[in-house]
Amino acid sequence: MYKIVRKEELNPTVTLMEVAAPFIAKKAQPGQFVILRVDENGERIPLTVADYDREKGTISIIFQIVGATTEKLNRLKEGEYIRDFVGPLGTPSHLDGLKKVAVIGGGVGCAIAYPVAKKLHELGAQVHSVVGFRNKDLVILEKEFRAASDKYVVVTDDGSYGEKGLVTDALKKLVESGEKYDEVIAIGPLVMMKFVCKLTKEYGIKTVVSMNPIMIDGTGMCGGCRLTVGGKTKFACVDGPDFDGHEVDFDEAMKRAAMYRDFERRAHEKTCNLFKQEVK
Amino acid sequence: MPNMSLKKNEMPVQSAEERNKNFSEVALGYTEEQAVDEAQRCLHCKHKPCVGGCPVQIDIPAFIERVAARDFEGAYQIIGQSSSLPAVCGRVCPQETQCEAKCVRGIKGEPVAIGRLERFVADYHNAHCKTAPVRPVPNGHKVAVVGSGPSGLTCAGDLAKKGYAVTVLEALHTAGGVLVYGSPEFRLPKIIVEKEIEGLKALGVEVETDMVIGKVLSVDELFDMGYEAVFIGSGAGLPRFMNIEGENAKGVYSANEFLTRVNLMKAYREDSDTPVMRAKSVAVVGGGNVAMDAARCAKRLGAENVYIVYRRSEAELPARAEEVEHAKEEGVVFRLLSNPVKILADEQDFVKGVECVEMTLGEPDESGRRRPVEKEGSNFVLEADCVIMAIGTSPNPLIKSTTAGLETEKWGGIIVDENGLTSRKGVYAGGDAVTGAATVILAMGAGKTAANAIDEQLKNAK
Repeated sequence: MYKIVRKEELNPTVTLMEVAAPFIAKKAQPGQFVILRVDENGERIPLTVADYDREKGTISIIFQIVGATTEKLNRLKEGEYIRDFVGPLGTPSHLDGLKKVAVIGGGVGCAIAYPVAKKLHELGAQVHSVVGFRNKDLVILEKEFRAASDKYVVVTDDGSYGEKGLVTDALKKLVESGEKYDEVIAIGPLVMMKFVCKLTKEYGIKTVVSMNPIMIDGTGMCGGCRLTVGGKTKFACVDGPDFDGHEVDFDEAMKRAAMYRDFERRAHEKTCNLFKQEVK
Repeated sequence: MPNMSLKKNEMPVQSAEERNKNFSEVALGYTEEQAVDEAQRCLHCKHKPCVGGCPVQIDIPAFIERVAARDFEGAYQIIGQSSSLPAVCGRVCPQETQCEAKCVRGIKGEPVAIGRLERFVADYHNAHCKTAPVRPVPNGHKVAVVGSGPSGLTCAGDLAKKGYAVTVLEALHTAGGVLVYGSPEFRLPKIIVEKEIEGLKALGVEVETDMVIGKVLSVDELFDMGYEAVFIGSGAGLPRFMNIEGENAKGVYSANEFLTRVNLMKAYREDSDTPVMRAKSVAVVGGGNVAMDAARCAKRLGAENVYIVYRRSEAELPARAEEVEHAKEEGVVFRLLSNPVKILADEQDFVKGVECVEMTLGEPDESGRRRPVEKEGSNFVLEADCVIMAIGTSPNPLIKSTTAGLETEKWGGIIVDENGLTSRKGVYAGGDAVTGAATVILAMGAGKTAANAIDEQLKNAK
């Protein structure tokens, strides 16, 4: 059992939890993930490590409430426990040696992009963070990103905060204005990563993306997290989750991500109804 | 006077029409009368050929003699000296190629039903024995076991009996390894595995779940923590695929994923949060025991049509004859001498069929089996909305990639000597991590060998 030592609502649909997991906190690196199970009948879901505190022995996770499991997780309070919490899984991001990097975060993907920006900043790299949200209310981690970045650009779909537009528009502007990046690191919805990669390919900038497919064990056993990279089958849990974005077959990944959409929708509705009954 | 019947006592089973709709155990086990009657078929040969066929060398005639004398607990104590998991072995061992294959009664007629008797004895013990086993006197040595599958549990049990303080580290949230994620409930009820593990805990074995060795702790760190030897039983790893078109379509599973969803995550139950596809027609590719398990699970999940697609003929099926028989009885259709060449998907990328080609058998290949050859122009489409690839696995890469100096085969298997010792001092390995996909009992044999070697090493190091 793993205790939730701090819980914070970052926006109405995104929550941060700091979880006591001393062994994992000792080892976690940016780019790695954990697998958790809320309760005895719960499913196993992967969540990327958003932060770690080696001294306190905690791991922070940030999640969007999208389905039954994240709904259940969000119902847990500070001081309560998560049934299972396993990690750190996957290969850490390769950040050594980079001098100037554009870190692109989309929506809740910013939770994963932030530790990458922070680590790059600590390593002495110049960091330009470009983050995008649907609207002002959904903006998360602004203070943290600003502290870790030499330049911070925020865009929203509706223009209610920062510039109106998409992260690709903002990145394009930066590159066109003469910024030269060793690498672009893009983390967010699949469709966002797909279009960032399309853009950076035109400019010939190496781009790394973080994939978050459906997974069960997360340890290199089930093969559910497979994706096509450079025409070959790769497993996100052991070969990734970071991959060369110019090689990833995003269209296939998007289709695979939708495999259980009907099941997930029904399960989420059922969970919400159960919680409503409990409230009554 | 021995019972000279040429046939084994039949074991009662659920009827095929009934059992292919539920996940309860298929075989129901002997009654006391049936067990005693069967035990009386044993001739108590002086040279005990059956023992030579057992990878963990159970004194088979001795335990059968106790069954015949109705001393069922005494029989259990004899088995327990050699095996840490009798209730499991009695269910999943391929006795027909091991102990029973060597039985003298099998020369003319059927061999003694050693497996069924072992199962009966273990179940009798679990149902009747209320006393906790006597904890051995601690010898002051600590050993870590990585993985709680058959090899790890056996190694842990044997060491605990010798007084070692053993900690088993399991990556998943439930201990048991392939016995819980791979073997379906109807063939090996999870309560049986749980009871066997409880038995080991009663001997003093500690089991920690959610511990992925190679990630959260390395093998070297285990030594730093005071463990004097480490046994690696990390099991099978990534599933193999055929590398054919359409293999990443929605509805294509590896057998590992499908079985993990159904068995470990209990996706067949209403109260499980884990989804699994409820398909109308399921094609399982492969002919081993894992393929049979997947096919029989698919049938129980409600599929109308379940096919085994296998490129060789019935004679070459690697699965146990009993599993093939059970699958057939339950309505699984065998499409033999057929090989998939392409998986067909609809516009949303959900599977809608498998294009196969017919095969004929040519000359024997290096494995001694006749090589399947494509029959040109014989392509046909098997309609299916789910495809399960059960064509093998490669060893788990996590420990190899994080343990310096641990030598492995090109295909990933950890290299060990005849005692299970790896290229690293104090590090032993066994089971699928060494051999690639094999049987439960072979893994147990490897765990046993390593436990003896670890004991020798630590005893002499004093």
